Amino acid sequence: MPTDSVSFIFLNAFLMNNFVLALFLGICPFLGVSGKLKTAWSMGLATTLVMLISSLSAYFINQLLVYFEIEFLRLICYIAVIASAVQLVEMSMKKFSPTLFRALGIFLPLITTNCAILGLALFQTFKEYNLIQSLAYSTGAGAGFVLAIVLMAGLREKLELANLPNTSQGAAMSLMLAGMLSLSFMGFAGLGN
Amino acid sequence: MPIKEDHSITADTFLDGVWKDNPVFVMLLGMCPVLAVTNSVVNALAMGIATTFVLICSSVLISLLRKLIPKEVRIATYIVIIATFVTITDYVIQAISLELYNALGAFIQLIVVNCMILGRAEAYASKNKPLKTMINGLGMGLGFTIALLCLGSVRELLGNGSLLGFSIFGAQFQPWVVMILPPGGFFVLGSWLLLFNWIEERKKNNTATSKVSHAGAAASKGAS
Repeated sequence: MPTDSVSFIFLNAFLMNNFVLALFLGICPFLGVSGKLKTAWSMGLATTLVMLISSLSAYFINQLLVYFEIEFLRLICYIAVIASAVQLVEMSMKKFSPTLFRALGIFLPLITTNCAILGLALFQTFKEYNLIQSLAYSTGAGAGFVLAIVLMAGLREKLELANLPNTSQGAAMSLMLAGMLSLSFMGFAGLGN
Repeated sequence: MPIKEDHSITADTFLDGVWKDNPVFVMLLGMCPVLAVTNSVVNALAMGIATTFVLICSSVLISLLRKLIPKEVRIATYIVIIATFVTITDYVIQAISLELYNALGAFIQLIVVNCMILGRAEAYASKNKPLKTMINGLGMGLGFTIALLCLGSVRELLGNGSLLGFSIFGAQFQPWVVMILPPGGFFVLGSWLLLFNWIEERKKNNTATSKVSHAGAAASKGAS
C-alpha cells in the first residue's frame, strides 16, 4: 500500500498510530469519560464530529496563512477555530437534538482542550495532506478515538465488578489497563509494511 | 458573593504544587505530554521547563489583567494568551536545539491544550495577585517537572539501560524495549500511582492503629 493513499492514511490513524494508544493524544477524556460505556460512545462521536469540522477548517486556514506568509499565527488561529467549532456543535446540538445535548452535558465544552483535536490539525499540516487526505486522516483519527475509548469503557465496567486490593483502586489500575490495551495495539504496527 | 482575596503568601503557596496538589500524581492533569515525551530524561526535562515557562508567564499576565477580562469571554482570552507564549517557546526551542525540537515534535505546540495551565488560569490566576500567582505557578511547574523526571528516568533506565545518555548497566544489559514504547508510559505512570497509593494507605493504617491502641489504653485505664 502506498503511504499517501487514502485507505492507508485512514488505517494509519485508526489502528497503527492510534491517537490515544500510540500517540498519547486525548488521554484526559480517555481516562476521565470512560467510566460508562454509553457516555464513552457519545463522547467519542462528539469528538469525531468536532475533529472533522476543525480538520476541514484548519486545512483552509492553513492555505490562507501560507498565502499571506503569517505561519507564526497558526497555533492561535487553530485553537480559536477549534473553540468556535465546539461552540457551533454545542449550539446546533442544542437546537436539533436536545436529548443528546443533555446526555453529553459538561463533556461538550471540554472537547476544546482535547489535545487529539489540535494534534490532528497540526499533524495534517506537518504532513502536508491535501483536502481528501485530511478528511481521511480525521475520519481515521476519530474512529480510532471512538474505538479506544469504547474498549476502555468496556474494560472498566468489568473492572468495577472485580475484587481489587484498596491500594490499586482508581486511576492506577485504569492506567495499567490502558497499558495492556496499548500493548495489544502495538500488534498492528507492522500492518503497513 | 465576591470572594475575598487572600494576599498572604506562605510556604504552602509554593509547596502545594510540588507535593500535596502535584498536577500529575494527585490531580491527573496534563497527562498527554507526561506520557508522550518521557522516553528519555533529556526530553522530560526540556518539556518540564517549557511547560513551567508557559505556566508562569501566562498566569502572571492573566493575573495582571484579571480585572479587565470580561467574564463571558475569559476562557477564549486565556487560551489566546497561553497560545502566544507557547508560540514564543516553540520558536525559542527551535533556535536553541533543532534536535530537541524534532524529538519533542508537536508536543511543544500542544502545551496550549495542557489542562493544567488552563486550570491554573481559571482556578488561581484569575483570583490572585501576580506575585502570589507566580510563586504558585513556580511550585506547580516544579511539581510537573519532577513528575516528568520520575517517569523519564525509570523509562530510560529500563528501556535503554542509560541515564541522561550515559550507560549505567554496561554492555551486557538487555534493554527492556517496551518501556520506551507507548505501553511503557502507561505502565510506569500506573506503577508510580500504585506506589503513592501504597504509601498513603500505610500512613492511614498507622494512624488508625495508633488511635485504636490509644483508645484501648484509655479504656483499660477507665476500667481499672
